[in-house]
Amino acid sequence: MAGKSPHTANKWGWGDLRSMTNLKNYVTIKGTKDGLVFIMDDTCSLEELLAQLKEKIEHSHQQILSGPLIPITIKLGFRYLTKEQEQQLRDVISLKGNLVIKHIDSSVVSKQEALLDKLSSTIRVETGTVRSGQELRHMGDLLLLGDINPGGGVFCTGSIFVLGAIRGLAHAGCDGDEQAIIAASELRPTQLRIAEVISRPPDEWMDGSYEMEFAYLEDGQMSIDKMNQVHKIRADYWDKR
Amino acid sequence: MGEAIVVTSGKGGVGKTTTSANIGTALAINGKKVCLVDGDIGLRNLDVMMGLENRIIYDLVDVIDGQCKLQQALIKDKRFEHLFLLPAKQTKDKSAVTVEQMDALIKELKQDFDYVIIDCPAGIEQGFKNAVSGADQAIVVTVPEPTAVRDADRVIGLLEKEKSTSPKLIINRIRYGMMKQGDMLDVDDVIQQLGIEIVGVVPDDERVIKASKDGEPIVMNHESRAALAYRNIARRILGEQVPLLNLEEKEGGFMTRMKKLFGMR
Repeated sequence: MAGKSPHTANKWGWGDLRSMTNLKNYVTIKGTKDGLVFIMDDTCSLEELLAQLKEKIEHSHQQILSGPLIPITIKLGFRYLTKEQEQQLRDVISLKGNLVIKHIDSSVVSKQEALLDKLSSTIRVETGTVRSGQELRHMGDLLLLGDINPGGGVFCTGSIFVLGAIRGLAHAGCDGDEQAIIAASELRPTQLRIAEVISRPPDEWMDGSYEMEFAYLEDGQMSIDKMNQVHKIRADYWDKR
Repeated sequence: MGEAIVVTSGKGGVGKTTTSANIGTALAINGKKVCLVDGDIGLRNLDVMMGLENRIIYDLVDVIDGQCKLQQALIKDKRFEHLFLLPAKQTKDKSAVTVEQMDALIKELKQDFDYVIIDCPAGIEQGFKNAVSGADQAIVVTVPEPTAVRDADRVIGLLEKEKSTSPKLIINRIRYGMMKQGDMLDVDDVIQQLGIEIVGVVPDDERVIKASKDGEPIVMNHESRAALAYRNIARRILGEQVPLLNLEEKEGGFMTRMKKLFGMR
C-alpha cells in the first residue's frame, strides 16, 4: 500500500465499504406508470452519490433494472449539476443500455439560466427603426414598435411581432422553434426565416395586400395568413409556456 | 456661437457637394456668415464647384498641422462678402486628420461663423467619422434609387447612435414624370421608409451640371427650380416654415404641354 497515494486508497477503500454496508441510502429508485424515478440525496458529495448509483446499477439492483427500454426521470433535489457533472451522471446511467433518461429534474438553476428562462417567457418591447446594417437579437418573443428597413435584421428564438413595417429580414425561432411566427402590420420583407426555413417573399408569395398578416410554418413550408387566423393555426402555442 | 451642419449620404454621387455648395450660398444670400468646409481630404471638389480652385494657398490639413493660421487658409467667395471656403488637401488622405483635431477645428470655426457647412466624403470610414464628429446637425442627401436609399438608411442609423438630434433628409434629383409612371421610387415611400424629418425635395435639373462646370452654384440662377428648392432648404434651416416644393409644376414646361396637346406621354 505504501506506493499508492492516500487519495486512491480512500476512493476504493471507503467507497466499497460504504456501499457494501449501506451506511446511508443516497439513491432511491421508485417505479411509476411512466417508468422509473431515481430520487437522489442532495446532501452527500457527488462522488459518493455516483459511486452508489454505479453500485446499484451494476450489482445490487440488476433484476429490476434489466429487460426492455425503461424511461427514467432523475430527481436531484437541491443539487446543482454543471454540464460536465451532468455528463458524468449520464455516463453512469448509460452503463445499463436499456435505461433511457427522459428528464433530469433539479430544484435549483443558476442565475444565468434563470435569466434566460425569464427572457424567453416574457415579451420584450423594443422601440425604434432597425435600419440598414443594424441587427436586433433577442432570446424569446419580441414586440417591435417601429420598422425593420431593408438591410436590417431581427433575430429571435421566439416569435416576432412588429407594429410597423417589415421591409428587411426577420428570423423567428432561430434556435429551431418551428412553432414561432412572424407578424407585422405591413409584411414586405426581403427575406423571412422561421427555424431552418428560409423564404424570399418577393419571388414566392408577395400578394400586395395591406392588411396585417403573419408568417408561420406549415409542414416545413412558409405560409402567410391574415392576423385573425392566428388563434386557429397556433391555438395553444402561448398557453404552453 | 454658430451651428455646424454636416452634409452626408453614405453613397457617392448623389449630390453631397452640390448640396453643400448651394445651401451654403443660399444661407449667405440670406445675409448669414457661412463657412464651407471640404471634408473630403484627398478628393477635394467643393472648391471647383464654387469656382475658387485657383485661389487656394493653404488648406484644412495645413491648419491642423500648424503650417498656417486658420484665417490664412479661409478663402473668401468672389460673390459674397460673408461666404468662406476651407478647402481640403489633395495630396494627403483621410488618415491625415483625427476626430479630435477636426472637432477642435470646427469648434474654432463656430466662434466666427453663423453656419459651418461640412461636406462629408462618401462612405462610412474615417473620413465620415471626422466630418460628422464636430457637427451639431446632420443633413442626409439621397436620390430616389434603392441603392442610395439603402445607404442613407445605414448612415441615418450611424448618426442616430452618435448624435442626440435626429438627422434631416434631402431627396435630390427627383424626376416627377418617371415617378408618376412608377419608374422611379416614390418620394413619399422614401420618406416613409427613412422616417426622419424632410428638409427639402430637389427636382432633377440639367442646369445644375452646367452650373458646376461654370463654378457658379445653381442657387444664383433664378429660373431653375432646383435653385428654388435649395433656397427653400436654406429658409427652413433658418427656422422659417416653407411648404415643400410642388414637384408637379415642373411638368408644366412648354414641351410637356405640347406633348399633352398631341396626346403623347
